[in-house]
Amino acid sequence: MKRDKLIGAVLLVVALSAISGLALIAAFIFREGVPIILRVGAGQFFFSTDWEPSLGHFGILSMIGGSLAVTAGAAVIGVVFSLGLAIVLTQFAPPGLAAALKPAIELLAGIPSVVYGFVGVVTLVPLIRHLLGGPGLSVLAASIVLGIMILPTITSIAIDALQAVPRSYVEGSIALGATRWQTVTMVLLRAARSGLVAAVILGMGRAIGETMAVIMVAGNALALPHSPLDPVRTLTSNIALEMGYASGDHRQALFATGVTLFVIITLLNTAALAVSRRRGGRRRVG
Amino acid sequence: MRVSPANTQVVAVGLMWALAAITFAVLVFILAFILAHGLPHVTWTFLTQSPTSMGREGGIFPMIVGTILVAALAVLVAAPIGVATAVYLTEYTREGRLTTVIRFGADCLAGVPSIIFGLFGFVFFAITLGMGLSVLSGSLTLALMVLPTIIRTSEEAIRAVPYAYREVSFGLGSTRWQTVIHVVLRSALPGISTGIVLSLGRSISETAAVMLTAGSALRLPRSLFDSSRTLALHFYILAREGISMPNAYATASVLIIAILALNLLSYWLMRRFVAKVGR
Repeated sequence: MKRDKLIGAVLLVVALSAISGLALIAAFIFREGVPIILRVGAGQFFFSTDWEPSLGHFGILSMIGGSLAVTAGAAVIGVVFSLGLAIVLTQFAPPGLAAALKPAIELLAGIPSVVYGFVGVVTLVPLIRHLLGGPGLSVLAASIVLGIMILPTITSIAIDALQAVPRSYVEGSIALGATRWQTVTMVLLRAARSGLVAAVILGMGRAIGETMAVIMVAGNALALPHSPLDPVRTLTSNIALEMGYASGDHRQALFATGVTLFVIITLLNTAALAVSRRRGGRRRVG
Repeated sequence: MRVSPANTQVVAVGLMWALAAITFAVLVFILAFILAHGLPHVTWTFLTQSPTSMGREGGIFPMIVGTILVAALAVLVAAPIGVATAVYLTEYTREGRLTTVIRFGADCLAGVPSIIFGLFGFVFFAITLGMGLSVLSGSLTLALMVLPTIIRTSEEAIRAVPYAYREVSFGLGSTRWQTVIHVVLRSALPGISTGIVLSLGRSISETAAVMLTAGSALRLPRSLFDSSRTLALHFYILAREGISMPNAYATASVLIIAILALNLLSYWLMRRFVAKVGR
């Protein structure tokens, strides 16, 4: 019995490693990044579009704008396709087909982001350039690529949410004479609402944190976008593009970019947890 | 004009099916596109030779070795920690504030973007702990990144083991630890392996985090403290700097085939697990 207590204590220490890792990450990113924000001034850092590291100008507004633009675009595309998929797979597809298609969605999640970015650059970007004009490398291209990339995340959580709706709701609705589709829109989607919202928020977290694919298709221009065809640089791209050669204040400013990203992601994750907790039960994250 | 509910249903469901079809068409297109352009260039010499002139010529042997080292070490570190965490959460404690905190930590960690892991690995492992840009820094960073996946899948697998198994084991006089090792973990093993295989896949395909922690040396790593370029990063550099498109496609094909194989393996393990514990 004594030995079991000891083992329990050891396991507890190990079990705390995830939360300690998270704390360590936050501590180190903030320690490296926060001082430069204070030195430059938060107003200047967050609300200036002037990013010229060689002159000591550190303003990340255009990256914040870029990240928000591609994330919003990705959310629209991701939500439409994921909801469609989740509804088809849970309500209309024969069980055999649904079982065969789910591994395909997992495979979509397993494709490396550099591959998505690359296929986007060689196929989607020229297409946009020819059909719609502009440089092709754009908010639109990044939104489409990210929309596909976050689709597995949103779909799998949405499927869980739809499957958690009690069967009796659906049966009741059908018994009242509603069609399958009316049941989906009037009963199922409403009952699963909080889970679906959590799914979308988590998908947005994925999109805003994605790096390599966005670098390849978004164009990385340092300006606020005025149209979906404009090239943008996101917070993540800014870090990955410049970290290789940055030093001193410049490197710190990149960490400060990371701090900004970290805060945005934490807010999104907390929102997703709060939304799904309202319904009771634990939702998986990520 | 009023559209009947029956007609609405036909149109709406048709639309949903179209969305699903487009999604799978995109998946097939991506795989076919890369493999069609890349497979012809994947030869035995490409797989077994070192690159020359920055990857314009030669093969990808050092990157294959580097990728396997980084990913395997990451999983080797993360798996025991993740499984132990899952065992603690399921077998050694009651649901309470502590389990909420542990799960919250894992959930938040799962949401942290890979570039942040990269930044952290760079200042913590490479600089503060003095490991430099190396296989070790890269794999420890990835270990932290895949930890939540392993915790979650292990926890689900352990919970799926019927409670009766434990009761029988306790009834036979086993201690809790004996029950965990001989009964619970043994039954949950295929399920736990699924998570480990998926983590291996994620480690192989990760780019942003290893770029900042494992570096991009083209040499074959001689020790864990050597920098090593992984396949995903090599592909990125070849494609982005336009060094060699045929070699970029070929590298991506190798990456895709590895991912396909790992996904098939995890799918097979999952089916075995479901058959075993009969969910």
